[in-house]
Formats: sequence, C-alpha cells, structure tokens
Amino acid sequence: MDTVILQHISKSYVKEGPPALQDISFSVKKGELFGLIGPDGAGKSTIFRILTTLLLSDKGTATVAGYDVVQHYHEIRSCVGYMPGKFSLYQDLTIEENLHFFATLFGTTVEANYALIKDIYEQIAPFKNRRAGKLSGGMKQKLALCCALIHRPEVLFLDEPTTGVDAVSRKEFWEMLQRLKTEGITIVVSTPYMDEASLCERIALIQTGQILSIDTPANIIKDYPGKLYALRAPKVHQLLKDTRQYAGIRLCYAAGDKLHLSFKDEGKDHPAELLSWLESKGHQGVHIEEITPDIEDCFIAKTSTHE
Amino acid sequence: MKQFMVFVRKEFYHVFRDRRTLLILFGLPVMQILLFGYALTTEIKNAEIIIVDHAGDMASQQLTTMIAASKYFDINARVVSDEDIYKAFKKGKVKCAVVFPSGFGNDLQHGQTAQIQIIADAADPNTAKTLTNYLTAIIGDYQQQISPTANVPMRIEPVTRMLYNPEMNGSMNFIPGVMALVLMIICTTLTSVSIVREKEMGTMEILLVSPFKPTYVVLAKAVPYLALSLIDLIIILLLSVFLLDMPIRGNIILLFLESTLFIICCLSLGLLISSVTRTQQIAMMVSMMGMMLPTILFTGFIFPLENMPVPLQVVSNAVPSRWFYVIIKAVMLKGLGIGVIWKETLVLAGMTTALLIISIKSFKTRLS
Repeated sequence: MDTVILQHISKSYVKEGPPALQDISFSVKKGELFGLIGPDGAGKSTIFRILTTLLLSDKGTATVAGYDVVQHYHEIRSCVGYMPGKFSLYQDLTIEENLHFFATLFGTTVEANYALIKDIYEQIAPFKNRRAGKLSGGMKQKLALCCALIHRPEVLFLDEPTTGVDAVSRKEFWEMLQRLKTEGITIVVSTPYMDEASLCERIALIQTGQILSIDTPANIIKDYPGKLYALRAPKVHQLLKDTRQYAGIRLCYAAGDKLHLSFKDEGKDHPAELLSWLESKGHQGVHIEEITPDIEDCFIAKTSTHE
Repeated sequence: MKQFMVFVRKEFYHVFRDRRTLLILFGLPVMQILLFGYALTTEIKNAEIIIVDHAGDMASQQLTTMIAASKYFDINARVVSDEDIYKAFKKGKVKCAVVFPSGFGNDLQHGQTAQIQIIADAADPNTAKTLTNYLTAIIGDYQQQISPTANVPMRIEPVTRMLYNPEMNGSMNFIPGVMALVLMIICTTLTSVSIVREKEMGTMEILLVSPFKPTYVVLAKAVPYLALSLIDLIIILLLSVFLLDMPIRGNIILLFLESTLFIICCLSLGLLISSVTRTQQIAMMVSMMGMMLPTILFTGFIFPLENMPVPLQVVSNAVPSRWFYVIIKAVMLKGLGIGVIWKETLVLAGMTTALLIISIKSFKTRLS
C-alpha cells in the first residue's frame, strides 16, 4: 500500500471565487522522493496542511502511513516530520535548544537518532550556541530539517525547503534528501524552482489548485507535445514581440537570453520560414535550433493547453 | 511529563530573553503601584499658601507654625497688604491664603470668638474645598491645644474631624484595587500574547504536528506565568507594606491562596483570549484595553459600586477583580478569615473553572 494517498481532495478558503484545490488525487510510494512542482499560489502548501492534519478538506479522503487524516490525526502527528514553508522554529532559542526541545517533544532524544541527522547537523554544529533567528537562510533550513527528522519520521513533508536559500545550499539540501531516501524515509517536497524537479523520482505539476500531470521527470519531458526550438538574436525584446506576430506560432516565451518556441502545425518546415520572415522584419543574426525541453517548458506547455 | 517540563523550560527562555516581556512583567506592577499609591490619590500635598498676619502676636505665630509644620502646606510668602494676596493668586502658584485680623490673639484670650479669614483659589473647587477643610482642621486642633478645658466655642471641630486625613482612607482602598488591576492585566496580557505569538511565528504549526497534546500546550503555557505572577504578587506586597505603609492584618497564607486563585482565573481568561485572536497586537489590545476599563470601572476601588445604577451593578458581577477586591480588602485590611469571604472565593473558583474549561475546549487542534 502506498504511504501517502489523496483521493479527490477539494478545498476552498472562500465561498466565492476559485477553490484552492480542485479534485486532487495522487499517491506516493513508500520510500519515494515525490515533488510537488508549481508556482506560488498553486495550492502546494494547502496540500501539505491537509496531509499533516492541520486543515480539513471540503471533499475527498487522504491517508498518510495508513492513517486517515481526519479520524486518526493523532497517529499521523506522531509519525510524520513537517517543515512548513515559513521558517517556524523558535528564533530566540539556540540551535541546540531548538533541537533538544523538538526531540523531547516527540518523546525521543537527540542521541537516539543522531546518526540520521549527523551529516546535516555537523554543518551547523559550529554555531550550536547561536540563536536560530540570527542564522543565515541556508543554516535555518538545515536546522529545520534536523528538527523535522529528529524523531525518525516515516514520512517527511517539506514545504518549499529551498526558497530563499542560495544556490550552493540548495544543491547541498537536495543531496541530503537523496541520502535520506536511502534510509527508507518517504519524502514529499514542494518547490517553485523547475530545475529542482528533475531531482525527484516522480513529480506532480500543479497550477491553480489542479494537477496538470504526474509522472517521472523523464517521462514528462518525453511527452512534450511536438518540437521545441530556441531562437537567438541580439535584440531579444523586439524579437519576442515580432515572433509572436508570426502566424504559425503556438507558444513563444523568453527563457534566459533566448526565446523558446513551438509551432502549431508540425508538418511544415517552419524554422526556415520564420527566419526569412524575421529577416524581412529587420532582424539580423537570428539563429534557430531544436532543443530538448526541460520541466519548465513542459509546465508552460501544459498550462497553455490547460487554459 | 518530560515533554511538559521541556515545554515549561522553553517558556522561561522566551520570557527571560525578551526585554519587552520582562518590562511588562516586572516594570509595570512597580510603576502602577507607585503611580496609584503616590501620584493618583485625591490627597493634596505641599499646597502653596500665603500668610497675611495683621496681628503679629503669639497666637497668630503659633498657628502659622502649625500650618507650616503640616505636610499639606508650604508657606510661599508672608505678605502684609491685601493687594499682594491678589497678585499672588493671579500668578496661579498660590492655592490658598490665611488672613489673621489685627487683635487676633487678644480676641482669643479674652474668650471672645476670634475670626480668621481663609481665601482659596476656587477655580479648582475640589482643591479649594479640600484645602479649606485641612485648614479648619488645623485651626480646630490649635483651639483644642490652647484651651483644652475652656469653654471657648469649638463648633467647627467635630465637623472637620470627619473630613480630616482623607489620605489614609484613599490609599488603603486604592492599593488592593491596584493589586487586582495589575495582576489582572499582567496575567491576561502575557498569556494571551505568548500563545498568539506561536501562531504568528508559525511554530504552532509544528507544535500541532507533534504527539504533544494541544491541552498540554495550553497548560504548559499557564504554568510559567503562574510562577512569574506569584513573584509579581510578592513584589507588590513588599512595595505596599514597606513603601505605602499598608498593613497585612489577616493570614498571609490565606492571602496567597486567594491571590493564586485569582491569578489562575486571569491566566485562564488570557488563554481564552489567545484562542480567539490571531495576532499578538489584537491579543494585546483585547487584554490591555478590554480588561483595563472594566477592571477600573467595576472593581469598586475608584467608583463605588453601591452608587452605580442596578444594571451596571449586575454587570460588575462578571468582573473577577470585583470579587478579588472584596476578598483582599477583607484579608489585608480587616484581618478577616475564610469564614467571611467564602462566598466570594466560591464565585472566583467557579469563574476560574469555567474559563479554564472553555479555553481548553476552544483551543483549536487544527489551523482553522
């Protein structure tokens, strides 16, 4: 049986207007590293709060580690680790005091499960007498992860653990998650960063409370509809404006210093036509090539067809 | 139990690492006791007075000395002309003038009625009234001193005795009232803010997603503040006894037990406020403003409850400090035992139980 199961979960915060979650169903296998990928406001935190028994859904059922989130919320609270999106440890307590507090609260000791957090804790141990409020973003997240792990949870819920963290710490953080996976802990993690999606085993793309697709990152990329091209020219801004005027364009958007685009009708030889069309518009040095889409491209493609 | 203890310890860390909380906890009671005890009494001290002595004999000088020796008056000037009196009044500093007519001592010694003029600045009628009362009292004293057995008319004396020394009366009633007020505000404010802070900082989310029962969160919050409030109580009592000359005539253990009951009652109220408010600011507003006014109005130490319209008297029954005020006055000032105050104690205990149950029941086990 899967560790986390959601069936037709819906939730609205207000009576009028669009719901926060609309008929969400997915399941996470035991020991899996599952990613919820979506922009701010997509409903990721709401899913976490329903799974951690903090919120009640309007419709649908969900189980975590075999327990129902409504009836057996107390059992769930003992066996999951939760790291909210906002830093939620005691700012006026030191690293050591925070860790000790949460260990005791869960009825265990720091020593008992030290092996599990050793790799992470050693990085922040030199500052163990510093108050949590005075730590850098990356160190705060490492401490929060330690506190969420200290009771060796069956399932770990991490709500945007890498938001507001520098690139190096983000990379380290994901390496830690890979290591935790080998300990058999099921991990559900959310992130607004599309580049982190490929580090998960399976991902769910979420937009405005609905799931766009659930699959492994590789399959999602493989399922990209049609071909994707990258367009390069000196005047990117003007190029974007003009390219969007071209009749055969399905999607065109800026990605870094390039434009990514795809065509409506795959049959024709669009790239060459587009190039000559752009040259007639006065663009010079335009270069086009076919590229492999990444998760972000897939996300944009899904969102546009969804709308 | 170990979880409970570690939670309580965490609360103490919060208190001792936050200067603002410490200030409210220990600064506020000291400040309020001193403020109410010294500054805000109805008594007038060191009022500036001028003496116009047309007599210049022994009797007038003796009386002048008595007035000067009193702590209520400071002699600002001794002038001779009536014009100078009005000049002094117009400057606004002088509140009162005493005029001895010529032949004052002579009149007195020959058994006739001696007259003395008291002029007060009635722009502030209350002060003027109080000061003239003080002065007639001093004059009455003097009359009795010089002729304890003589049949000099002393008709004014019995009247002024009644009004004399309003200070003792005021302060004695004030301090128990202030004690009730201070404990009420500190206990409700600090507990309500401390729970709401967990909500605001997001730590409540983690606390809820733990095996620690929500009921224990509420109780573990109350325990440290109970201990700290008891320290406050000791500080207040020490200040009252040694600085404001308040007696503790009753049983001190009874006093502490009753105070503990009242503190628990206020803590429960604070817990209740915290479970219905979302931000620290609102919690602070509700417990400071919402509690301060009813406490001041309906406790009876500033506005006597007997003089209120009946509907307001009924409302006052819902204010815990009203009952505590009766209890503490009985124990501290009158030295009475539990036999007299058991009714009030029972009311307070009932309120406490009800509040505690409601606040534990209304504590949310989920976020909304």
